[in-house]
Amino acid sequence: MTTLVVAEHESGALRPATLNVITAAKAIGNDITVLVAGDGAADVAAAAANVDGVSKVLHADDAAYAQEIAENLASLIISQASGFTHILFAATAAGKNVMPRVAALLDVSAVSDITDVVSADTFIRPIYAGNAMATVQSGDDVKVISVRTTAFDSAAETGGSAAVETVAATEASALVTFIGEELSQSDRPELTSADIVVSGGRGMQNGDNFVMLDEIAEKLNAAVGASRAAVDSGFVPNEYQVGQTGKVVAPNLYIAVGISGAIQHLAGMKDSKVIVAINKDEEAPIFQVADYGLVADLFDALPELSKALDG
Amino acid sequence: MKILVGVKRVLDYNVKARVNADKTGIELANVKMSMNPFDEIAVEEALRIKEAGDADEVIAVSIGPSQSQETIRTALAMGADRGILLETDELLEPLAIAKLFKHVVEQESPGLVILGKQAIDGDNNQTGQMLSAITGMAQGTFASKVELNGDTAKITREVDAGLESINVTLPAVLTTDLRLNEPRYAKLPNIMKAKKKPLEITPVADLDVDVSSKLKVVEVNEPEQRSAGVIVNSVAELVEKLRNEAKVI
Repeated sequence: MTTLVVAEHESGALRPATLNVITAAKAIGNDITVLVAGDGAADVAAAAANVDGVSKVLHADDAAYAQEIAENLASLIISQASGFTHILFAATAAGKNVMPRVAALLDVSAVSDITDVVSADTFIRPIYAGNAMATVQSGDDVKVISVRTTAFDSAAETGGSAAVETVAATEASALVTFIGEELSQSDRPELTSADIVVSGGRGMQNGDNFVMLDEIAEKLNAAVGASRAAVDSGFVPNEYQVGQTGKVVAPNLYIAVGISGAIQHLAGMKDSKVIVAINKDEEAPIFQVADYGLVADLFDALPELSKALDG
Repeated sequence: MKILVGVKRVLDYNVKARVNADKTGIELANVKMSMNPFDEIAVEEALRIKEAGDADEVIAVSIGPSQSQETIRTALAMGADRGILLETDELLEPLAIAKLFKHVVEQESPGLVILGKQAIDGDNNQTGQMLSAITGMAQGTFASKVELNGDTAKITREVDAGLESINVTLPAVLTTDLRLNEPRYAKLPNIMKAKKKPLEITPVADLDVDVSSKLKVVEVNEPEQRSAGVIVNSVAELVEKLRNEAKVI
């Protein structure tokens, strides 16, 4: 019984999500092999070999893996899949893009977004925006799984001393070519791994007012998020979106400002350790999940909060 | 060019899901059902491509119980040309759905298949990727912009850190993200007209497609509930509690 963890990386380093997936792999209990595919990613393979609990690293280096093209990654994974009983991905945009392809090519069911490992074949996953938790059991020979990263701690980046084995690249798909990317530039922590998240909703009224959240985030070293309503209204880009169809976060502190608390938003943040809600509507459902609620006009409360954080 | 769009009948977006008494799933008796919101976006995108002159026919496909006809009629009222229902009362896994879609793809030879990125019931986010894998059609998931250019399409995709663009050769399978478009509402005369549009129904059992699954739902439970905390009276009190009680700042 061996588990293959498909690593994600950028700028020469493992993404934190992969460390969470390795912890999920440990819970399954098998030996852990990590697959690093990239273009000049030897440093990443070396870093993966040092992660606690990893017994082997497979490293494929080719221009085909310079970007996360689903076709190319899936064919590589399939070429290496033999002998593995579990293949694990992070439930990130990149992981979700590839994982179901791999399952379909192996003709097995896929298990998305697991939050708990009951046993080597039984897992818990949220359905209906987290309004229910399904316990599912897979009878497939290979379990192809994506892991909700916030549900598992990070594996230690040191303590392992796995061997790195170079594996052959597979042919790049002729049907898909990468054109380019426009990534958000921010010096602040990444939304899904930040300790503190400050999110704004429809109550922010416009994108310019998010400057008030930026100011508070700056002081708390927090990431800024948003509800779907704020994204739909064009206040902020989609990568800010927290919720069922956006990102799932579970920081130590989540501050929801001008967010009513639709179930779809709660799905993305209700596992945060401490939740603060600031909303002028005392009936807003967000108060039902908040540890600390402040019924106030955000345009009064935010400047005051910013000032209080200086003190 | 034909465009296939997938439309799934799901518990309405605004209805709170409740676990049923025998813990096998969600209570779906006597609750409002609607088209999966991402599928509305898929229908809208297909219609816009047709209206721009880049497609001749939009076919709405649903796989599910008899009542899924209503979901297809909604797509027809929005402007789709005809519907196909592969009827089953079984709750099928995404892999089975993808195999059934493949069957329709082989029949219709579409230039594009547009599906929602996920259905808001199972939240699987699998079917489009699986369909692409088993048909060999190119994959463009989480699309926020689609620009057709002859036999290729430029797809702008929502990724975790922002946007990415790829070029795919048609035929392709696309899945929709929220910002792709804002779906239209069906107008009353179109709802009437939709009743006369063709809708072909085939029982899944009559097809030679393996829909078996080795994934079994053992049980479904309510999530742990968070209890409401305290209401503070001022920003100063909030900051004090975060510093000294919760110790998170």
